[in-house]
Amino acid sequence: MSFPLLTATAVLPALGAVATAAVPAARRTAAKWLALLVSLGTLALAVVVLVRFEPGGDRYQLTESHSWIKEFGVRYELGVDGIAVALIALTALLIPFIVLAGWHDADPAPGSGLPAQKEGAKETGPYHWRPTQGFFALILAVEAMVIISFEATDVFLFYIFFEAMLIPMYFLIGGFGDRAHAHGEQVASTQRSYAAVKFLLYNLVGGLIMLAAVIGLYVVAGNFSLQEIAQARADGSLHMATSTERWLFLGFFFAFAVKAPLWPLHTWLPNAMGEATTPVAVLITAVVDKVGTFAMLRFCLQLFPEASKWATPVILVLSLISIVYGALLAVGQRDIKRLVAYASISHFGFIIMGIFAMTSQGQSGATLYMVNHGISTAALMLVAGFLISRRGSRLIADYGGVQKVAPLLAGTFLIGGLATLSLPGLAPFVSEFLVLVGTFERYPVIGIVATFGIVLAALYTLVLYQRTMTGPVKPEVSAMPDLRPRELAVVAPLVVLLIFLGVYPKPVTDIVNPAVRSTLSDVHKKDPQPEVEAAK
Amino acid sequence: MSASAVHSLWTTAADPISKIEAPKIEYGQLSPILIVLGAALVGILVEAFAPRRVRYHAQLLLSAVALCAAFAAIVALAADGYGTTKAHIAAMGALAVDGPALFLQGTILLAGLVALFTFAERRLDPDPHGHRTDSFVAQAAAVPGSDSEKAAVRAGFTTTEVFPLLLFAVAGMLVFPAANDLLTLFIALEVFSLPLYLMCALARRKRLLSQEAAVKYFLLGAFASAFTLFGIALLYGYAGSVSYATIARVVDGTVTTVNPALVDTMGNDALLLIGAAMIVMGLLFKVGAVPFHMWTPDVYQGAPTPLTGFMAAATKVAAFGALLRLLYVVLPGLRWDWRPVMWAVAIITMLGGAIVAITQTDVKRLLAYSSIAHAGFILAGVIATTPDGVSSVLFYLAAYSFVTIGAFAVVTLVRDAGGEATHLSKWAGLGRRSPLVAAVFAVFLLAFAGIPLTSGFAGKFAVFKAAAEGGAAPLVVVGVISSAIAAFFYIRVIVLMFFSEPRQDGPTVAVPSLLTSTAIGVGVAVTLVLGVAPQYFLNLANQAGIFVR
Repeated sequence: MSFPLLTATAVLPALGAVATAAVPAARRTAAKWLALLVSLGTLALAVVVLVRFEPGGDRYQLTESHSWIKEFGVRYELGVDGIAVALIALTALLIPFIVLAGWHDADPAPGSGLPAQKEGAKETGPYHWRPTQGFFALILAVEAMVIISFEATDVFLFYIFFEAMLIPMYFLIGGFGDRAHAHGEQVASTQRSYAAVKFLLYNLVGGLIMLAAVIGLYVVAGNFSLQEIAQARADGSLHMATSTERWLFLGFFFAFAVKAPLWPLHTWLPNAMGEATTPVAVLITAVVDKVGTFAMLRFCLQLFPEASKWATPVILVLSLISIVYGALLAVGQRDIKRLVAYASISHFGFIIMGIFAMTSQGQSGATLYMVNHGISTAALMLVAGFLISRRGSRLIADYGGVQKVAPLLAGTFLIGGLATLSLPGLAPFVSEFLVLVGTFERYPVIGIVATFGIVLAALYTLVLYQRTMTGPVKPEVSAMPDLRPRELAVVAPLVVLLIFLGVYPKPVTDIVNPAVRSTLSDVHKKDPQPEVEAAK
Repeated sequence: MSASAVHSLWTTAADPISKIEAPKIEYGQLSPILIVLGAALVGILVEAFAPRRVRYHAQLLLSAVALCAAFAAIVALAADGYGTTKAHIAAMGALAVDGPALFLQGTILLAGLVALFTFAERRLDPDPHGHRTDSFVAQAAAVPGSDSEKAAVRAGFTTTEVFPLLLFAVAGMLVFPAANDLLTLFIALEVFSLPLYLMCALARRKRLLSQEAAVKYFLLGAFASAFTLFGIALLYGYAGSVSYATIARVVDGTVTTVNPALVDTMGNDALLLIGAAMIVMGLLFKVGAVPFHMWTPDVYQGAPTPLTGFMAAATKVAAFGALLRLLYVVLPGLRWDWRPVMWAVAIITMLGGAIVAITQTDVKRLLAYSSIAHAGFILAGVIATTPDGVSSVLFYLAAYSFVTIGAFAVVTLVRDAGGEATHLSKWAGLGRRSPLVAAVFAVFLLAFAGIPLTSGFAGKFAVFKAAAEGGAAPLVVVGVISSAIAAFFYIRVIVLMFFSEPRQDGPTVAVPSLLTSTAIGVGVAVTLVLGVAPQYFLNLANQAGIFVR
């Protein structure tokens, strides 16, 4: 038996999470280094996956398959296609930066530490509150679960981690808030737990509705293997009644649309991103939410091709609303983090539109978009986080003239912002262009309207930059230090990557395109259309 | 009933003694029940004759040994094939020895063993007189607040009678899911109910609340028992027999005359329907299904917490076992009559439990309503009427028992000056004061909520799958909706523990002895193992899923 590479990629961060959590309370720094090392090790494994993956080869590669819960017809089946490989690489790439960016975020706040122990009370015993260890352990746990849900080709296995990942995310959002809050710790704590509960309830409801659909799928198909079901659907041996297929599709899609998030199920995202620490906000939008869009491609389209086509018009309209509505609300935000959150909603609209445009350009673009959005949002958000931590405020109005004081910070912020508005030459441009072209081919009106999203993106990004970075230097900002070496180490590689993939996206498209073509052929099995050659 | 029928009834009863055969009892196959009953009787003798200072240890040892021995007997029987190939009706048709019976008996014994540890815990409550005290009253007969109570407390009395009472309850519960005729069913019901009523009144703290709970439980329980008994009488009138097999044959129509004395009433469907409904009502009372759930929150809150844990777990196991046997063995021919009603009960139980739980502010009441919601989920599996339905219910019951006992064991740890601090507001910030205890409780809550990688998810998935395959897709939809509602209040507790600021006058967390730690540890271990690798237990439940007729 060959080395189970995919399992190892997920197990390493999981073990790392346990080890990090077990670091003694006093050895905070050791926990941080351990988490960083583990995330780098995972990145190395992800690179091995990337190298071992042959773009022209089988659809699912590096597969592993073991019997798991026979009574439910569940197998432990892993396998990656090009889309999954790209997203695993993205995840493994971003986590070290997230760890590094959050280096001090979970240190016990000076003064406000633990409540005083009561005299003589035998309470905590040998246990101690260890927020720092917990923070990094939870990040690694999320990484493990995200990676395994990208790898799972068994619906049940996917579902388990899709749902389970909510719990560490929930503790990350609710337990480690942003200290930069205008109204003091008490209000911040209330809003934070509100955001965490909202996040969890939205996603849990989505997940439970999906559970009903998962059970329904089992009743119809008799097993959970994605490949077997997709194969049986394709060769006609598994027939689903039209209404059954549509209900099941809706059950799956609902969960993914909450996670992605798609308008009108998006309202948890601004709260969660606003209240969480910036690294966690990046984790949500750049990594965890990608599972939603990824699952639309992998599960909705492959398992329910007819229903996907049936639902396309509605989904396209919803994604269009997401694009425009998210961008409009971003323009109106006064809070930097919420602005980025609404911008992300707009971008997820593009991704979903690209997936359901059902053209190879649209879907290649969407996949590419997932990767690029991850990198560009991480860059913008993390720099914004550094900015916020210096001034202690999330409000745009509290800043001004930062570029004169901290030119490096302002410069990287600008590049992140320009990437967000899809400036040609930076990575997101390629993907956004592909999505728009792919949509326009089949739905010209929707494509045209969506293009306005770019205009609005330019508006919110540039206004944000202008208000915070240019103009007269505000007195509170005048002593602001520039990026420190640790912060620069976080941002610089992301900026380099943005520029590189903007100029030369071929490495990613080469990996992604074959997978997109086969996904598309699943959907179009019954109504052949002229295949449009994907833009190379 | 006509005069001749009455006459023949008398003459039947007055048949010559010579016709009565000596009953043939398979003692080996009944050994689990006999061991526990025997130990309970020995326990009473210990109470009567052993000096006070040795009673606690003697009782604890005796009970633990008896439960372990009974469990070993179950394992031996199962290994011998009594769960599958050699399954049969023992003790002159009174008891079934088959897969579901053995599986449920094993679950009850293990739950009883774990609950025994929480019963025996004596480290939690610091006693001003330097005595080791458990959760039970010093002297049950002493009036609350009276001088005799104070004297009993000063003397360091403990009610070690709870151990034999626990064993009696366990013995009754062992018989209940195995009962194969209606009289055995009823006797088992009373044998396990009476000790529970009694123990409900034995809380050391908040005694009036505890006694009130006991009275409520007893009155409502007696009412439910009366219903059951009435139903049994009607079914006897219908079938002329109390044996499950005979009733089933009469329902099928394969046998028409069993008892010449009852020719007038036999085969009267009104008797069958009303009788079956009344028996099922009595059982639904025991599982705490809406609308027979009214007692649950008050009793769960008032009873001593270790007992609450045991009741919530083992009573449910036993009663669902009996319900399954009744519906699958006696009334399968009547499926289309009871299914719609059970659908309705399951739906209102799931929704009712989950919705009312949202407003609760006391952790024991919260868990009580959560147990109602869980009864609804289990009912969804019961209704499936497939072998998968049986095995999914078996699995769910086993998974649920250990989570429940563990959760209530955690509740016993969080204390303030008045005993257990069960008001939820006092749990605020527990995650900062005692991260481990809070984390363990969070694991139990997540299991209740059915989050993947916990046993709760595997169980929920199993019953919902069985229900969907059994054609009850709407139940699955209602089930996931109520799961979502239920998740809200489980998560509210987690928020409270981890994200709220600790109160200055907050409770302390007692450091338990090995006993409670074991109970909690077993709960966590079972929760995680059944969550990650449920296949072995599902397989076991699958093999055990066939009722002998």
